[in-house]
Amino acid sequence: MERIFCRPESLYDVPTHYCPGCGHGTAHRLVAGIIDQLGIREKTIGIAPVGCAVIAYDYWKFDCSEAAHGRALAVATAIKRVRPQNIVFTYQGDGDLAAIGTNETIHAANRGENLTVIFINNAVYGMTGGQMAPTTLLGQKTSTTLEGRDRQKHGYPLKISEMLALLPGVHYIERVSLHNPQEVLKAKAAIRQAFENQINNLGFSLVEILSPCPTCWGLNPKESLDWIRDRMQKEFPLGRIK
Amino acid sequence: MHAMRADLPGVLHRSVQISVAAGTVPEWGLSLLSEVSMAREKRQKKLKKILITGNEAIAEGALSAGCDFYAGYPITPQNELIAYMAKYMPKSGRVFIQAESELAAINMVYGASAAGARAMTSSSSPGISLKQEGISYIAGAELPAVIVNIMRGGPGLGNIAPAQSDYFQATRSGGHGDYHTIVLAPAYVQEAYDLARTSFDLADKYRMPVMILGDGFLGQMMEPILVRRRSPTARGHNKEKPWALTGCEGRRPNIIKSFALAEGALEQLNLKLQQKYKVIKNKETRFEGLFLDDAKIVLVAYGTMARIAKSSLTRLRLAGEKAGMIRPISLWPFPSPAFFPRNKKVKYLAIEMSYGQMLEDVHLAVNGKAQIEFLGRSGGGIPSEEEIINKVRKIL
Repeated sequence: MERIFCRPESLYDVPTHYCPGCGHGTAHRLVAGIIDQLGIREKTIGIAPVGCAVIAYDYWKFDCSEAAHGRALAVATAIKRVRPQNIVFTYQGDGDLAAIGTNETIHAANRGENLTVIFINNAVYGMTGGQMAPTTLLGQKTSTTLEGRDRQKHGYPLKISEMLALLPGVHYIERVSLHNPQEVLKAKAAIRQAFENQINNLGFSLVEILSPCPTCWGLNPKESLDWIRDRMQKEFPLGRIK
Repeated sequence: MHAMRADLPGVLHRSVQISVAAGTVPEWGLSLLSEVSMAREKRQKKLKKILITGNEAIAEGALSAGCDFYAGYPITPQNELIAYMAKYMPKSGRVFIQAESELAAINMVYGASAAGARAMTSSSSPGISLKQEGISYIAGAELPAVIVNIMRGGPGLGNIAPAQSDYFQATRSGGHGDYHTIVLAPAYVQEAYDLARTSFDLADKYRMPVMILGDGFLGQMMEPILVRRRSPTARGHNKEKPWALTGCEGRRPNIIKSFALAEGALEQLNLKLQQKYKVIKNKETRFEGLFLDDAKIVLVAYGTMARIAKSSLTRLRLAGEKAGMIRPISLWPFPSPAFFPRNKKVKYLAIEMSYGQMLEDVHLAVNGKAQIEFLGRSGGGIPSEEEIINKVRKIL
């Protein structure tokens, strides 16, 4: 009998520390699966962020580096420039990529660095207990927006992917979601595209993944997926941005 | 401790002690010692003599040490360094990046080093403050890196005049956590070149950040120096760095990190670092000692301040005063053993372009066993030859 589905080689057979219903496990697996499919595990270097995915290197079976909060794309830029023969990607949350690391994000993109970025947007700071993120929706309650995000006090959800799409150095940006199996398959295809682009030296590629955070949203896992479908993707429409 | 007795410094980047027994003060003055030794070295080896600024000499030293990667951000008074790297790094297939900020630059150095490259960044005081988080990460992840600080006046935006007010930041782990950075302080352009080379070797040997601490004077002044041939890049030397990120072909994955969440893990990392620092304290102190044998007063100064103090010392000796000098070359580890009082009546005068920062290390070295005086100015003010001589005469 032919075996057609198994754990990717790029993923250690260990339980993760993520909360029930969290999207990181799915996203990790998608990344690992694509790296296997493309046969690049032995030349891949991943950059883990500061945030819930800080110990992603405990789950991925390839070379990895930690980066200071927000600086993943500066670290990745240097690794790729020093070792262009390797495949280098960052895995960053919304706070990391679109708040403290906005400068590094914009400039790595604008230089057209030949990198792959996996951007997890869950609209909160998860690791620190659910504070307002740059991507928090208007009206969304967090531990630092007790009455809900108010545009006058807190500004608007930051659409960093749309901003980056304006830059000539950016080759590819797509927003995907993990809220149902069809969308997960689209996410997988987008991740594959972003890695293939790097292999083909096409330049900066980013996949934004709308990902559930039941714990910080105060919803159960099913409600969280529905919240992405009903609320989050209205603010962050899915599909190819560039 | 690197210290040797010689009439002239033969190896410029190592410590030198000049003793009274070796003769009287040369009439041409002590500050010209490096010129004489240079002529000797040039005869002995095939070296090229060039006229160059301190900033450029550090860059040239880095090129000759096989620096593969440089990232920097413009700031006065170190701009000649970044410009020199922009000109020469790409010519030999090395990576130069003008970063979007000091934060990005130091984190690029982190990344390049993680991938096995010899990596460097440079800046001046305000920019070095910004880099501190990254330096802490580099120390925690045990990565080799060279950081150059060409100091200017502070605090805040300060000014662009030379100063030595970042001594505490450099020698007391300027970022968060229990770590150290080896800090080397050149006083001459030749020494800036030599110490740049040394820095890369020390960084690789101990897997830690090494800082070259100069000031605006040293960075901007031109002097003739002897240079070696530029090394080809160190790229491909990853076999000597089995920990580097190169892709996990044929081995288990490598992880570069400073995060240690498990109970006790971070304490173990800290203990390992402390062990390393202990070895460095024993092996890597560097200083220049002048006329310590019979000195009744010992001037203590580093970098540009030491050059001025050396001129004062020459005049004092020619006038028959029993003055000596300790010029710390490594600021961390501080050359405390050089201070072991030869007799209890010896007095020390710490001289700085800052307000009593190195003075604290002199106190720690002397440990209450001798009288210590202080002369310092900052914010662009620099103690003059005359001020030093007057201070010495008052003390004696």
